[in-house]
Amino acid sequence: MLEFVANMAYVVSAILFIFGLKMLGHPGTARRGNMLSSLGMLIAIVAGLTHHGIVTYEWILAGMVVGGVIGAVAARLIAMTRMPELVALFNGFGGTASLMVGWATLYGADLSTFTVVTVLLSILIGGVTFSGSLIAYAKLSEVIDGKPVIFTGQRVFNSLLLIALVGSGVMLTMAPAADSPWLYAVLGLSLLLGVMAVIPIGGADMPVVISLLNSYSGLAACAAGFAINNNILIVAGSLVGASGMILTNIMCKAMNRSLANVLFSGFGAVKQGKTIEGEINPISADDAYYVLEAARSVCFVPGYGMAVAQAQHVVKELGELLEENDVEVTYAIHPVAGRMPGHMNVLLAEADVPYEQLMEMDEINPRIDQVDVAIVIGANDVVNPSARDDPDSPIYGMPIINVDKAQTVFVLKRSMASGFAGVDNPLFFGENTRMLFGDAKASISQVITQFN
Amino acid sequence: MEVVFLTFILVLAIFLGFELIAKVPATLHTPLMSGANAISGITLAGAFISAGAADSHMATILGTAAVVFASINVVGGYLVTDRMLSMFKSKSRGSR
Repeated sequence: MLEFVANMAYVVSAILFIFGLKMLGHPGTARRGNMLSSLGMLIAIVAGLTHHGIVTYEWILAGMVVGGVIGAVAARLIAMTRMPELVALFNGFGGTASLMVGWATLYGADLSTFTVVTVLLSILIGGVTFSGSLIAYAKLSEVIDGKPVIFTGQRVFNSLLLIALVGSGVMLTMAPAADSPWLYAVLGLSLLLGVMAVIPIGGADMPVVISLLNSYSGLAACAAGFAINNNILIVAGSLVGASGMILTNIMCKAMNRSLANVLFSGFGAVKQGKTIEGEINPISADDAYYVLEAARSVCFVPGYGMAVAQAQHVVKELGELLEENDVEVTYAIHPVAGRMPGHMNVLLAEADVPYEQLMEMDEINPRIDQVDVAIVIGANDVVNPSARDDPDSPIYGMPIINVDKAQTVFVLKRSMASGFAGVDNPLFFGENTRMLFGDAKASISQVITQFN
Repeated sequence: MEVVFLTFILVLAIFLGFELIAKVPATLHTPLMSGANAISGITLAGAFISAGAADSHMATILGTAAVVFASINVVGGYLVTDRMLSMFKSKSRGSR
């Protein structure tokens, strides 16, 4: 009877997850959607606690308190600019939890082939999610170098790794036991696979990695659900898996590359675009002010550099000053600007920019020639005209924001180093381009002082 | 037969997920991702059984660790999503 009630409660929480996700897709209802989904989670947790197999609650409660406090503190204290790291870590934790649930299942009595195979899947997917997310975290927080790591024989090594994984998995399935050496082999190899999967992927491709790991964390929960025969894990896990896939797909499209290309190519390693010759035109903050004062339409184009410089608040301040001056102010955001999907949107939201002013690439491009001044802040590849004009460029074919077609372009840049993809940018040499060198936050603050 | 039912659920839920997320504006990509991430902490409901069944020491340890990680995922994920969404403002409701 109790089990029936618990299962019905799972149905209710599945419904709440579905409505929650749906509402998360619209700006007006998103917050309520998230609350609805958390209510679904609460119901699922309470229902899970009534399971007849549970004989002792002390460890469960202790674990929930410890985890809950860590999660709450992290969520409250994290700076918005570090959100990609946090999301990466949370993905990893979800993966580990599924891995452990799968592993612990091996200590139960019934070890049918089906159970063992699903346990293997949850260890594999969970392990890859965990170690992959840790590497992504390390790259994002610059604990390790963000550049792609490529070595000769990488593909051969990875293929051998996969064969070894499948082999160990088969051995474990034939003689399932919780203390089998093959189990530890699968564990170790899965973790290694996660590392190998993420190291060849560079910083600019991070949005793809993050959303893919997000998808994996759902699929891992799904596999764990199969292992322990739990419907709600399967439903919720596959919802997350599917939403992660969609996001991954959107990110890949925004770079005009296939998922396989992102995962295996090691960006920028193969082709070298034309070297660009020309003269750059620097501009001082004072002169930038005079141009801005005369402008009627200004468009900010932020990139990862804005997050690094923490410049979102001064950008908003400048935007407000311009608006008081009757300038039409917009913010154009490329889908893969930053290090995770929607990264720039979150930062600008933190700075109180209303979301109506944020424009997607397809909205701004048709009217970019009517923009008097496009201000590029720490973006590079997403505004690189080579992607449009130079078939030899490694990023050729990627849709870009055509800032070079605006009347004037200001590029805020620390120095003349090339972007993350290591590609030269002809935009910097354009006749209508003015380079404003220095820290983005300091440069904008200087322009603002001119206004006052 | 159980396997068949579970697979049915899996397939239908994946298609439902695709339908639900297909048209989400770019502005909401990050909150959607972290909100979905919080849902993947549903493993918590499974971790209870491992942590509380007292099958063996190892299962209890693994289960408890899974409870910790999944709780971080759930609590942190929902709170941080809410924190982000609370910042999203429309012009009409915003500061201006």
